[in-house]
Amino acid sequence: MKVLVLFAHPAFQKSKVNKILVDGLSELEDVTFHDLYQEYPELDIDVKREQELLEEHDVVMFQFPLFWYSTPAILKEWQDLVLEHGWAYGSKGNRLQDKLFMCLVTTGGPRQAYQVEGFHNHTLNQLLSPLRQTSVLCKMKPLPPFVVHSTHTMEMDDILDAKNDLHNLLNLLTNQEINVDEAGRYEYLNEYFVKQD
Amino acid sequence: MEGNFFYQAFVYLAAAVVAVPIAKRLGLGSVLGYLIAGVLIGPYLLGFVGEEGQDVMHFAEFGVVMMLFLVGLELQPSLLWKLRAPILGLGGIQVVATAGLITAIVLLVSDLSWQMALAIGLTLALSSTAIVLQTLSEKGLLKTVGGQNAFSVLLFQDIAVIPILAFLPLLATTEAVHSSGHETHTWIEGMPIALQTMIVLGVIVSIVLIGRYLISYAFRLIAQTRLRELFTAAALLLVIGITLLMTMVGLSPALGTFLAGVVLAQSEYRHELETDIEPFKGLLLGLFFIAVGASIDFNLIFQNPGLIALIVAGLILVKLMVLVVIGRVFGMRSDNNLMFAFGLAQGGEFAFVLFSYALQNGVLTSETANPLIAAVAISMALTPLLMLLNERLIQPNFGTKESVERESDTIDEKNTIIIAGFGRYGSTIGRFLQANGMQATYLDIDPNNVDLLRKLGLKVFYGDASRHDLLHAAGADDARLLIVAVDDSEKSLEIVETARKHFPHVKIMVRTKYWNDYYDMLEKDLLGVYREFSDVALRMGADALGHMGYRKNQVQRSLKKFRRHDEAYLKGMVDSRHEQKTFFKRGRQVIAELELMMLEDMEKEAKDKDLGWDTDGIVEEFAPLMRKIEGKE
Repeated sequence: MKVLVLFAHPAFQKSKVNKILVDGLSELEDVTFHDLYQEYPELDIDVKREQELLEEHDVVMFQFPLFWYSTPAILKEWQDLVLEHGWAYGSKGNRLQDKLFMCLVTTGGPRQAYQVEGFHNHTLNQLLSPLRQTSVLCKMKPLPPFVVHSTHTMEMDDILDAKNDLHNLLNLLTNQEINVDEAGRYEYLNEYFVKQD
Repeated sequence: MEGNFFYQAFVYLAAAVVAVPIAKRLGLGSVLGYLIAGVLIGPYLLGFVGEEGQDVMHFAEFGVVMMLFLVGLELQPSLLWKLRAPILGLGGIQVVATAGLITAIVLLVSDLSWQMALAIGLTLALSSTAIVLQTLSEKGLLKTVGGQNAFSVLLFQDIAVIPILAFLPLLATTEAVHSSGHETHTWIEGMPIALQTMIVLGVIVSIVLIGRYLISYAFRLIAQTRLRELFTAAALLLVIGITLLMTMVGLSPALGTFLAGVVLAQSEYRHELETDIEPFKGLLLGLFFIAVGASIDFNLIFQNPGLIALIVAGLILVKLMVLVVIGRVFGMRSDNNLMFAFGLAQGGEFAFVLFSYALQNGVLTSETANPLIAAVAISMALTPLLMLLNERLIQPNFGTKESVERESDTIDEKNTIIIAGFGRYGSTIGRFLQANGMQATYLDIDPNNVDLLRKLGLKVFYGDASRHDLLHAAGADDARLLIVAVDDSEKSLEIVETARKHFPHVKIMVRTKYWNDYYDMLEKDLLGVYREFSDVALRMGADALGHMGYRKNQVQRSLKKFRRHDEAYLKGMVDSRHEQKTFFKRGRQVIAELELMMLEDMEKEAKDKDLGWDTDGIVEEFAPLMRKIEGKE
């Protein structure tokens, strides 16, 4: 399967974790790394080009740091413009049907902060539910998110571990070795690996 | 001889310069002013002008030809086609009905033969193109329904003159008087009718073809010389050439130039032609009206005042009645109809030609013709007064109130944006506007450029946009926005000043080249002032940063912020500029300002701007808490 990574980071020059996660992604076989803020610095998204990219891939992955419990602005703009009625959804919008959808999210805070009883009062999956529902409306199959927590306090070893996991995940996806139903049972996709190992 | 010429020119011009402003001030309009001036200097009052006034009139009739050319220029062929019903219907019925009625009345009240009566009827059915069009356009009524219909009727009459001229000799009852006067001999007269028709048609077709395909090319060559007077000469040459050609084949010159005008209505040189011919037309028409005034034969009138008054009153009443009735039939509302009827209720300048032609051909005798000629001249002089009477007394009491507003303008361009300068700069603006469905009217001074762009289907006109008459012709009266994109700083300043003076309602956006122009324009408080390279230079700088590895969205934000800062800074400088001028000599000033700006940039712009995306503060505050939540502490 071919994986399209839609990457959105408005202040990438200041990023620590994402910089390492992203490094080398574009060299992977069957992975297309698409840096939205770099491609569309003025938010003027080329809808046709984006739709063509989507059609060439089987897995759509949003990669972003969580900003205000949501995606950075350009990813919302991307959804607003690219996921057209009659193309992505609706009775005649079947172009994304059966593609896999997932998020690769980094958060400053730890997993413990993203609990119903925790600092943010919501789980990450609750916060990401609009994205998940968007993918469902577009007839895609949603996977759990791949999450890297605690980026504010992370040590380099942890970052490199996370990067290793990400590359493993991409390997599974491109080689079609992932069991979608099985993976769907976990809260985070990261845990699917733990079970695999 | 020369002294005589200058003397005459002085008398005519002085009469015009004195009488017309007074008439206008009194609300009488220029036509009446000219006519009164003519009466004053004529042989019967002050006597500055004698019988040669007749020759002046024949010469000045050329003004009518020019006027028709100008009217044609403003008429797109499609609009002319739309007017075919009023031209043939209104015009045809008016001529036939009026001629018939006058003939009948003449037969009833006099003992003239039916041939004479018919000749009189046909001649008096025609109205005065010169007076009507000039008065209507001066009052801005030419584009109303009434004005358009009046124009249609006049156009039909111009066409009708040709068959009437051909028909008149057949009505001769006495031996033709063969004088060497104004008899119109044409070189095709002796030929068979079929060949004549073919030649006439050929001439018309060739005017259309030449106007359509050759004239633009010729005008471009002339415009390339950049000699304004040569272009004026070429415009005059065109009109005079057509006049000669039409006279040779026995057609009305006014009709020929009108046709040429219509053909050229879509040409890029249209506005330039208009502005070049306009003053000549104005002067000649003025001369013509003066000559009409001067030709009124007061001796004849005083010999027979009752008869002349009766003829004038009868003529005006009959024409008025016919016009009101057919106006009604054609569905004009009462105020338009009244304006239309009062406007056309007079004898025309063709009557002078036709009556003298009838005299030469022995159709009429001078005892019959002279009082009629005097009556026609008086009726022409009365027209502006009649129209005033209608406006001031009749319409306010009888007119329909709801249609006081003017009918919408159907002749001029409707574009509300004018772009002056269509080079590389202006064309980018134009393309962008067009891509977004916004049509503009373009003016450019470079004929090559104009030609090229016309081929691409753009509405580009040749001409100097700093002339208010050209801006007017390009529709500045109705425009909302003027974009000045010329690259000559002085010209650009001239255009802005002209536009501000004559069209204060038009908002202006202007391109500037040097800092001084920029400041000059900023002081004018325009809608927008743009330094021509600032955006491109910034974009290039931004791309350079991007290629050096800066994040592109970051660079875009910097660019926009820099531009805002830059513009605000320059606007702030305008106030202190005049003081600075005393400190820095020209040239040095620019360097000094640049230095100040760069210091300012470093001070304010080099600092980090995007605090919203900055995590340092968040980490500092929340990291201990998060460590605790995570259980690491």
